[in-house]
Amino acid sequence: MKFLKYLFIIFFIMNLNNFKAESVDLSNKITKNLRCLICQGQSVYESDSDFANSLKIVVSNKIIEGLNEKEIYEFLREKYGDWILYDPELNKNTYLLWLLPVLLFLIGGAIIFKRFKITNK
Amino acid sequence: MKNKIFLFVSIFIFIIIFSVFYKGLNKINIYSPKVELNKKIPQYSSKLINSDKLVNYSEIFNYDHFILLNIWSSWCVPCREEHELLMNLSQQRNIRLIGLNYKDNVISAQKFLDELGNPFETILVDIEGVQAIEWGAFGVPESFLIFKSKVVKKYVGPLNENLINEIKLIIK
Amino acid sequence: MLSSSIGYYGLILGLICSLLLTFFNLQNFRAQKILNTRILSLTFLQFLFVKISFVSLIISFVLSDFSNETVFNNSHSTKPIFYKIAGVWGNHEGSLLLWLLVLTLFTLIFLLKTKNQPLQYRILTITFQQIIIIGFFVFVIKTSNPFNYIFPIPDEGLGLNPILQDPLLAIHPPVLYLGYVGSSIIFSSALAATTLGLISKSWAIHIKKWVLASWIFLTIGILLGSIWAYYELGWGGFWFWDPVENVSLMPWLVLTTLLHCILVLQKRLILTSWVIILSISTFTLSMCGTFLVRSGILNSIHTFANDPERGLFILIFLFILIFFSIIIFFFFNKRNENNNVNFFWLSKETAILINNWFMMYFLSVVLIGTVYPIFLDVLTTNKISVGPPFYHKLIIPFLIPFLIMMGIGSRLKWIKSNLEDKAQLILALIISILIAILIVKNLDVKFLINITLISSAFYLFLITSRDFFIKKEKNNSQKIAHFGFSLLILSILVNNLFSTEIITNLKVGQQFENSNSKILFKNIIQKDEKNYKSIIGNFIIENNNGKIEEFFPELRIYNQPKIVTSEADIKTTFTTDRFMTINVVQNQEYFNIRYQSKPFMIWIWLSVILISCGGILSFLNKEYEK
Repeated sequence: MKFLKYLFIIFFIMNLNNFKAESVDLSNKITKNLRCLICQGQSVYESDSDFANSLKIVVSNKIIEGLNEKEIYEFLREKYGDWILYDPELNKNTYLLWLLPVLLFLIGGAIIFKRFKITNK
Repeated sequence: MKNKIFLFVSIFIFIIIFSVFYKGLNKINIYSPKVELNKKIPQYSSKLINSDKLVNYSEIFNYDHFILLNIWSSWCVPCREEHELLMNLSQQRNIRLIGLNYKDNVISAQKFLDELGNPFETILVDIEGVQAIEWGAFGVPESFLIFKSKVVKKYVGPLNENLINEIKLIIK
Repeated sequence: MLSSSIGYYGLILGLICSLLLTFFNLQNFRAQKILNTRILSLTFLQFLFVKISFVSLIISFVLSDFSNETVFNNSHSTKPIFYKIAGVWGNHEGSLLLWLLVLTLFTLIFLLKTKNQPLQYRILTITFQQIIIIGFFVFVIKTSNPFNYIFPIPDEGLGLNPILQDPLLAIHPPVLYLGYVGSSIIFSSALAATTLGLISKSWAIHIKKWVLASWIFLTIGILLGSIWAYYELGWGGFWFWDPVENVSLMPWLVLTTLLHCILVLQKRLILTSWVIILSISTFTLSMCGTFLVRSGILNSIHTFANDPERGLFILIFLFILIFFSIIIFFFFNKRNENNNVNFFWLSKETAILINNWFMMYFLSVVLIGTVYPIFLDVLTTNKISVGPPFYHKLIIPFLIPFLIMMGIGSRLKWIKSNLEDKAQLILALIISILIAILIVKNLDVKFLINITLISSAFYLFLITSRDFFIKKEKNNSQKIAHFGFSLLILSILVNNLFSTEIITNLKVGQQFENSNSKILFKNIIQKDEKNYKSIIGNFIIENNNGKIEEFFPELRIYNQPKIVTSEADIKTTFTTDRFMTINVVQNQEYFNIRYQSKPFMIWIWLSVILISCGGILSFLNKEYEK
């Protein structure tokens, strides 16, 4: 089969270039999920403002101190509020945010199966 | 009949959406953090200017009178404007001023103080900006009014005449 | 001075044309004879007037006529001529004028291209279109007139934001607008056809061209914006789930859904109400996007200057349009209930139905994620941020079945079909799972989700690439577009999994070393350009396989307005992009350096181009022209 051959070529190229995957740096992961509060729509990771640079240092310090990801988010949330977190946690303010899309998906499915008879005959 | 219900429901939904957007338009979009009163000061330790000793926050801020913590830097332009007011405030008897020197170097910071005077009793040094984050600050200048190890009031941006008067009223 | 007045009167005359057109339209609609030639000439005149007004704005920009407020706010005499022209639509007022220009142009094209359609339908569409045009005319003249005078005349302009001074960003808005405005034709046409009860197979064939055209422009427009963000915003990402990006993605999702759904309408004359709803929502979402971006209600990198008055106008206009279309939809759309709505479970229509279902889910995620913070803020004054993690968490699990079904669904026949090549499909699935395991096992990532995601992406990739070798069906446009989509997903996945980066602080002469590469900061060069100062770092990077390359990332300090931008140095090959930026650190001698290696980056762009090629091919296909 031809397509298999192409596939192998692609796969081969991928190995050649030795994309060595480094373990994902926890600090980068965390700062990507933080909003740079003094910037316009950038994450701390992306920004080079003074605030973001300091926050990067704080995050890596906290990791060294032994705090885990959740504790760091909690620490920053206490200081700056929910606004700083890009990944809103599930609470009474965000139930609708997280559940509404899924609910709409289910409603959509229900409408489709009610209105159209999908048969196997 | 079913059609009419749908019609009214969808119009109703759009009216709600409209009014929310309408209200949203009139809101100021700049984020100002909620001022949480009586928040405990962070637990941290810092170096003082011209000294290598680490001092605990609790030693500095555990004080029976008011303390004004001011985050400043020699490269920050609004700090320069604010400085005169701080000099004025430091004349008051029942308040202590403590400076947090933000991302600065000692030489230019010293120059700044020699030029404009030093209102601060103690100056903490924050080269990396880490302590400012501990305080929950966004940048320079920013000020915190502290009473008995608790943050009573927070001022983002430079202080002005009115705010200084407000502080004077509070500390009386 | 003169060109400003000409431009302003061009706008007024254009508005008068609109009013006259509405009048003649109504007259001609009642008379029901042949098309009144005055309608055609007025439409043409209107386009001409707006064009004159647009050209005079360009002239004001080129001549740096600072008596014009828009020019003063957005231009500077030292700016290169190309960006003076691009500056015309780089601001709020000018971009609205461009929007109006495209709107009148498309109306004219619609009138010229629909000679075979029923007269009433043509007139009604043009009338609806004129209502939109009048709205925009009033908006431009009342709240965002690009021809305001300033007195006394300033000597120098304020300049254009340097990150907007970029060749790609110069063409990005016009292309995106072509897409947005194309959807206005779909909107008017669907409403007209509903009112007249003309939703039929021939209408589907006719409107499909417009759907395709706006879809192609929107796809390319989004691509251009994404490429720009990649190299200009300087952190190597290409999609940030920024509200402004979401706003352009939403009409795209609806258009894509419509594109598939209209095929069902064309073949079987079912799903009519659904097609109408989709046609209405495309334009409504485009308008909604304009509202969100222009009103400053969002917090984003791209927000234009806030002005609540403008926001209010668009908001009211938007809701008038929505009410108007809801009323038309409910009073004129007659459901043809007697139609046979039996679907065989293995058929193209079922597959498209499922595609629509998922697409609407993706749309709802993006829509809710974008507007929810606004709602929460208004209703409870709590401020939250919704960022990439939210979208990833909600979209990725649904993407997996979507990809698998896309692999199977696109090959099914209408009405009834069966899977002839079950063995091959299963083989493909097994191969993809094996590949996924091979890729993931060496990586320190979440195992299960990555395995399923990669194998479903590979599965689609295998099936779509195999389809090229089956000569039975000749639907090349579909094959190319679907293959492009599978390539897109795959490239994004590979890019995400294998990207590496180094972030460090270096002084001139220092060296950084890790197991993969050595970075030497050789020296720094300073240059004075026409409207900015440039600081270029010279770096030598040695990979662990001995390959040595030089990088020249740049910092630009623009004089008007005073802004520092970071220009990345990007080395692109077919397998990897290497990306380097530098930044100054406050009060320090060293620079902040970012070096990223991003595999398959170029394939993300190429695959989107492939997708749009599929669209173009379908657009050019003679089969649909009847």
